[in-house]
Amino acid sequence: MEHITTPKVENVKLLDRYTNRKAASGTLYLTATHLIYVDASAEVRKETWILHHHIATVEKLPLTTAGCPLLIHCKNFHVAHFVIGQERDCHEVYTSLLKLSQPVKPEELYAFSYNPKMSKDNREIGWKLIDLKVDYQRMGIPNDYWEITDLNKDYEVCNTYPPEIVVPRAASKATVIGSSRFRSRGRIPVLSYLYKENNAAICRCSQPLSGFSARCLEDEQMLQAIREANPGSPFMYVVDTRPKLNAMANRAAGKGYENEDNYDNIRFKFIGIENIHVMRNSLQKLLEVCETKSPSMSDFLTGLENSGWLRHIKAVMDASVFLAKAVKDEKASVLVHCSDGWDRTAQVCSLASLLLDPFYRTFKGFMVLIEKEWIAMGHKFSHRCGHLDGDPKEVSPVFTQFIECVWQLMQQFPCTFEFNEHFLLEIHDHVYSCQFGNFLGTCHKEREDLKIFEKTHSLWPFLLQKKQELRNPLYRGFTAYKELQPNTLPFSFQFWCGMYNRFDKGMHPKQCVLDHLLNCMNQKIKLEDNASELENKLPFLDGPLPSEASLSKVGCAASKTSMLNTPQDYEGKPPPVLTNGISVGDANVTSDVDQKNKENLANHRDLHLNDSVDVLNSEAKDGKPQHH
Amino acid sequence: MEFSELIKTATVESVLLSCAGQPAVKGTLCITSHHLLLSSCPGGEGQPSAVELWLLIRNVDAVEKRVQNVGWYQPPRSSGSPRDNRLAGSSGTITLRCKDLKVLQLEIPGMEECLNIASSIEALSSVDSVMMMYPFFHRPQSLRLEEGWPRLPVEQHFQQIATQTTQWRLSDVNQDFAVCPTYPPAVIVPAAVSEETLRRAARFRQGGRFPVLSYYHTRNGTVMLRSGQPLTGPNRKRCPEDEMLLGSVLDEGERGFIIDTRSAQTAKQARMTGGGTEPKSSYPQWKRLHRPLERGRPLQESFIKLVEACNDASLGMDRWLGRLESCRWLSHVKAALSTACLAAQCLDREESCVLVHGAEGTDTTLLVTALAQVILDPGCRTLKGFQELLEREWIQAGHPFHLRCARSAYSHARLKQEAPLFLLFLDCVWQLSRQFPFSLEFSEGLLLTLFDNAYASDYGTFLCNNEKERCLCKVKESTHSLWAWLDQPEERKKYLNPLYSPNLLVIWPSVEPQSIQLWQGLFFRWIRSSQYLDEAWAEIWRLVEGSNTAVKESTENRLSHSLSDPAARMENER
Repeated sequence: MEHITTPKVENVKLLDRYTNRKAASGTLYLTATHLIYVDASAEVRKETWILHHHIATVEKLPLTTAGCPLLIHCKNFHVAHFVIGQERDCHEVYTSLLKLSQPVKPEELYAFSYNPKMSKDNREIGWKLIDLKVDYQRMGIPNDYWEITDLNKDYEVCNTYPPEIVVPRAASKATVIGSSRFRSRGRIPVLSYLYKENNAAICRCSQPLSGFSARCLEDEQMLQAIREANPGSPFMYVVDTRPKLNAMANRAAGKGYENEDNYDNIRFKFIGIENIHVMRNSLQKLLEVCETKSPSMSDFLTGLENSGWLRHIKAVMDASVFLAKAVKDEKASVLVHCSDGWDRTAQVCSLASLLLDPFYRTFKGFMVLIEKEWIAMGHKFSHRCGHLDGDPKEVSPVFTQFIECVWQLMQQFPCTFEFNEHFLLEIHDHVYSCQFGNFLGTCHKEREDLKIFEKTHSLWPFLLQKKQELRNPLYRGFTAYKELQPNTLPFSFQFWCGMYNRFDKGMHPKQCVLDHLLNCMNQKIKLEDNASELENKLPFLDGPLPSEASLSKVGCAASKTSMLNTPQDYEGKPPPVLTNGISVGDANVTSDVDQKNKENLANHRDLHLNDSVDVLNSEAKDGKPQHH
Repeated sequence: MEFSELIKTATVESVLLSCAGQPAVKGTLCITSHHLLLSSCPGGEGQPSAVELWLLIRNVDAVEKRVQNVGWYQPPRSSGSPRDNRLAGSSGTITLRCKDLKVLQLEIPGMEECLNIASSIEALSSVDSVMMMYPFFHRPQSLRLEEGWPRLPVEQHFQQIATQTTQWRLSDVNQDFAVCPTYPPAVIVPAAVSEETLRRAARFRQGGRFPVLSYYHTRNGTVMLRSGQPLTGPNRKRCPEDEMLLGSVLDEGERGFIIDTRSAQTAKQARMTGGGTEPKSSYPQWKRLHRPLERGRPLQESFIKLVEACNDASLGMDRWLGRLESCRWLSHVKAALSTACLAAQCLDREESCVLVHGAEGTDTTLLVTALAQVILDPGCRTLKGFQELLEREWIQAGHPFHLRCARSAYSHARLKQEAPLFLLFLDCVWQLSRQFPFSLEFSEGLLLTLFDNAYASDYGTFLCNNEKERCLCKVKESTHSLWAWLDQPEERKKYLNPLYSPNLLVIWPSVEPQSIQLWQGLFFRWIRSSQYLDEAWAEIWRLVEGSNTAVKESTENRLSHSLSDPAARMENER
């Protein structure tokens, strides 16, 4: 790679942020995809991997007696403080990282070079794992009121929407086209979620181009059609998720919000969620608090308060709860928008769906939810995550907030999610990693233009393979809970140490309940399997078995066939290694499931390291996923 | 005094009881000497009534009454029965704020009844005489009196230590509580120090609390001592016996640490009122460290402010965080944990002896010594060990429970000596249990029960301020022990941690603010619904027990197979 001038620097120190332990000393490598630091001072080989795409900022700090400090902040909130002996080396690493972390052309993104040695067929099957049409079917669509239309197949209605959208059957083509002209960027009202129990729907769009007085008959018809698609309710809500002042200011630019007088039977409501710039600054402040060295309790709480971060999280949650209540309790449909309808709207629509429908709290359902409300509907991942060198003012932690809201729900409802915290963190990592195609670009059209579906891999099958370690041992199943009604009083929101101080292990509980319970589960499955295996060997055991034992055997046999990835499937094979940018020590935390897996993992990483270091120009080989 | 004199109205019908998170119920309210009862008739007449409320009146922290007299200015109507008249005329609402932080509302028809009930509860809840309290009347069927009272806890502790060292001895210098009224009759002191020296040293320590052994660190042979502050006073008085006592703990050249739980300045100022610190010149082998911990009124106010903030549902996120910060409760938790870690570190890492004291040596001192033991000693993390620790380091050691826990966070009464040190200790233990979820044998439920019982109890365990008072009141003879109740198999099960697996190591907690959380299970116990969290615990129990039975079942199966299958036997032996 032309950006790498110094592939290897020795005698590099890695400072520990919190403890005053002796700094690690080792070797720093630059590969095509990662910065790798190998700690030579530790008794066990310890590696820290940082994916170039994860690097948010690189700073060269003033020279000290120990050397030249290089401070790296990552998008997954890893902070690495290196000290490099020679100023010249430091500078070269610095300039290399600047370029490597901010690719200019999309083709330079990791996903286009990532090659997990998977067959073409499997890669294609991977992309088909999530089919949004199936989800609409699940909601009963098409039905008498809603249809899936391909009006947008050539992106003529809206170039940031997917080709297929769900609109009321009663809305004619003319209505749709007319409405699209009256909505910012043509983002017309489309269905996000239909609550089958009472036909109330959550729909989403962008702000109307109403200015101070403009009207659009087709847009009014469109809203009428949405309202009438829910015959049970005489009215519908129109929710503008912006603060009222922001929405009013938009009127001067010919945009704005719906005038209640022009639309029949709508109830208009503002829910003040702040814009992307406020959110970006808020996160910045939060991270400064998280990074403060040995703060007092007051420093921390004051910093947390001043960052406003939890206030924003609460605002998103409040809005989602409002939506879910309107649909479930008031049986009214809701149309949601913000300005363009791809940030705040995506947050609250997806969260409301998650509150209403237990399917979205399963592995598969959560993937569908992200594909549907975020990826397909044009959340601009590329800009919001800063995948490419671009306008820093476009970067904003909108998706991070969504992930955090889900985590907050997990804290309140520990048995309602099929997956655990690590699943959220994995997804969050990969939104920034650019290792998979799902989150590249800004909308469906752009992903087609980039040939994402031909050239890259989808994240979801890789995550499903790690289901064993990403699942929630306390999950009580799909039918145990229906709608969730979270408490949104301020105390219900906690600081998420596992995210924002994720790499400061010293701050986390020293014993991990999740790992322990996963172990319990795996042990149980294994023992039951052993038992049934032995029993199978002796089918004609004299005397009847205790009924309980035979019952558990049946249950176990059933689970064995229904679950793709029981630990037995891993016997003798390394698990797919997908997580990057996490040091091996961290990887251990998630993969303690099986000692064997861990060993394999470690071996595997060693191999990888040698590969990358020796053959810098070769493609990165990040694991060899097994396919069953 | 007769309780009946205090009860102005014993029963009222049609009282509506409501409390947060539960549907309101109507029933008959009844006041007895110690309890407030409300029973409803769910099945109509003839059905046995259901008891909806059974509240120990001692648990009431504040009584607030509001009367609405709708018909005050209307002339009494001649038609209609007096009862109707009463209903139409006036009613009242009593809000009971309890020491366990629960809040109840009673809607009482009839203004007079309402005022009577309110003043009866007020009078009964502020009876201050220990021997009039409920533990002296409580007679559970499943327990026998005098059962479960720890037999000589200090002596037992000494037995354990005596197996490892001969440097320490049991002294009965305080047998009649003459040397130190707040110490138990037996204390553990250096073997080389005579009773006379102890008596003289006691005169040099506040409250006669001369340095005694609190904990013996087996591996290092180091000890943690506690005492009251030395009475150096403005003239920098010295006491050779006290110096000798402390000197005898250290070998030549060895260094010990004195952890003073006051700031250096406060400690210095204490000289003006006869207190002070150990000057370097008189105690050359001891290094003094000041770690100021909050106590007394500021700590009580912190508790009150926190509870106020927790109960204020109108707060937005910023105001909530602001009030959480300004009440400083979590700062106190952090400081207590840090100081306990420091003491533990001196013993375990520095291999040094430690003396802990503040002023009286009955509050922050015990907080630090007890907490340090939980951190250091796996024995203190079992249900039994924890009870013994509380008995030794809080109850026998003379923490004045009666004074400190007289009032909780809601009381409007003028503060006297209330301070939630014991709650702060329980909170710190909860923080430990969160950071080391497998290392404590008991669950959060035990900590909550201890909090409740420290403030209002059916049992005598937390009565009085010290052993001397307990002897005078014949607590052990006339009341039941909380430990006896908790040790019954049915009760015990409720307080176990399903994840417990004995951990012999020291559990060093993180004291970073990110690692310290507000104890929602206590402060929001009556405010938030715990349904989903309870379900999670039930699921954990199921999983853990399931995995145990799976092991058992599988072993049994294997065993039965191995009898007939040689291959299986091989596997079994592997």
